[in-house]
Amino acid sequence: MKKLETDIAIVGAGPAGLSAAIHAAKSGARVTLIDENRLPGGQLFKQIHKFFGSKEHLAGIRGFDIGTQLLKEVEALGVDVMLGTLAFGVFGANSLGLVTDQRSYELTAKRIILAAGGQENYLAFAGSTLPGVMGAGAAQTIINISRVRPGKKAVMVGSGNVGLIVAYQLMQAGVEVAALIEAAPHIGGYGVHAAKISRAGVPIITSHTILSANGKDSLESVTITGVDCAFQPIAGTERQIECDTLCLAVGLNPMTELAWMAGCKFEYVALFGGHVPLHDENMKTSVDAFYVAGDICGVEEASTAMEEGHLAGIAAAESLGFIEKEKASRMKAEAREKLNMLRTGYFGQKRADFKKHMLESFACVCKENRT
Amino acid sequence: MTHERDECMNMTDMRIKKHPILSTQQTRKLITIYFDGKAVEAYEGEPISAALMSAGIRSFRKTRKRGEPRGVFCAIGRCTDCMMIVDGRPNVRTCITEARDGMKVETQIGRGEFKSP
Repeated sequence: MKKLETDIAIVGAGPAGLSAAIHAAKSGARVTLIDENRLPGGQLFKQIHKFFGSKEHLAGIRGFDIGTQLLKEVEALGVDVMLGTLAFGVFGANSLGLVTDQRSYELTAKRIILAAGGQENYLAFAGSTLPGVMGAGAAQTIINISRVRPGKKAVMVGSGNVGLIVAYQLMQAGVEVAALIEAAPHIGGYGVHAAKISRAGVPIITSHTILSANGKDSLESVTITGVDCAFQPIAGTERQIECDTLCLAVGLNPMTELAWMAGCKFEYVALFGGHVPLHDENMKTSVDAFYVAGDICGVEEASTAMEEGHLAGIAAAESLGFIEKEKASRMKAEAREKLNMLRTGYFGQKRADFKKHMLESFACVCKENRT
Repeated sequence: MTHERDECMNMTDMRIKKHPILSTQQTRKLITIYFDGKAVEAYEGEPISAALMSAGIRSFRKTRKRGEPRGVFCAIGRCTDCMMIVDGRPNVRTCITEARDGMKVETQIGRGEFKSP
């Protein structure tokens, strides 16, 4: 296995990884950015809607334009970007196993920032494996990146922002959306997105779940049912909807494999999508060389991922002496301030509370380790 | 394009022709790949799965025990539901593998097997 070396290795070239790479490279550190995909940007390039929030968080700019901006910066800074490269394991205290074009490498880095992102949750029901049943993010990739319609008529499951936004984007792509169903009694995402698809005539059916996906070689229809307040199906409320595509927008979970391998301490936080590696206020995990940023340490949004990336990039560079303490403190305070602003409001406050809780857990874990 | 039109699978065209935000102008090179021996039009470098879906093909493999069909589920290389035999190599994730001219793509049965390309 050929050996490579760098100061700071970053796994994942999405919003978190790119942002971390920019700050780390600006400090003068040698940065290697690794991504399994042939194209960097993570999921940014399929986000064709304008981001929300405030101006400082790039609100009003479409996701793909944010991706293009970040890429330009990374290239200008001379970051070594390894695309089509899978980080398959952690070796020793601070090395990663990489494989690209059927060759493997061992990359030793003084600091490793894991920004692997998240993956979509699955929902089990009869026929859920039929071709035509897919993640909402998958449908979004197919329409907005490949510019191909995954089907002609779709049903969306889940009324969070992903479900609402992708339902609208399916319509923009020329796919008929027959219905959006939601198990809870009310819509999960922002009213503004729900209103958009409602106005376009898509029925949003709450207190309903999917009973089965039907079809022989691929999806032909779905059977939905009403559910009671304990989410149990109500007999007699079943109905069939013809469709060739069923999109599941039922949340995401963090892709934490490398953090487990590194031996990071974890905690289960349902709000963040599952087991998440604990980290301190510098995004450093319980394992010395390892930092985390973005969905891997709690599924949130691209805007929070970018700020966590900034924070991790600055902190990792500071720990190696590339940024002097005072300057780093100032920069980190700025990133933390932005994170606090992003984690406000009805949805944001809960995330802020759980992030605070994670910091407290981290402090406890480190204390136990010392005694 | 060298193949005969009547052999081509692209009778169903699922490509997006009009879009309010995205450009639908194609600057990529049009190539031909072969799905179970039949010609399918594709754009060079797009995922194999996208080319197949553009032709309305949705079943990519059959499971080992029950022979159930599987297609694209995650489209980002995580779930392995879209694996096919590509140029003789089984278990290729078609959603993250780029289409190249003349590529032979076959429905994979079970674990698949290596074939001479």
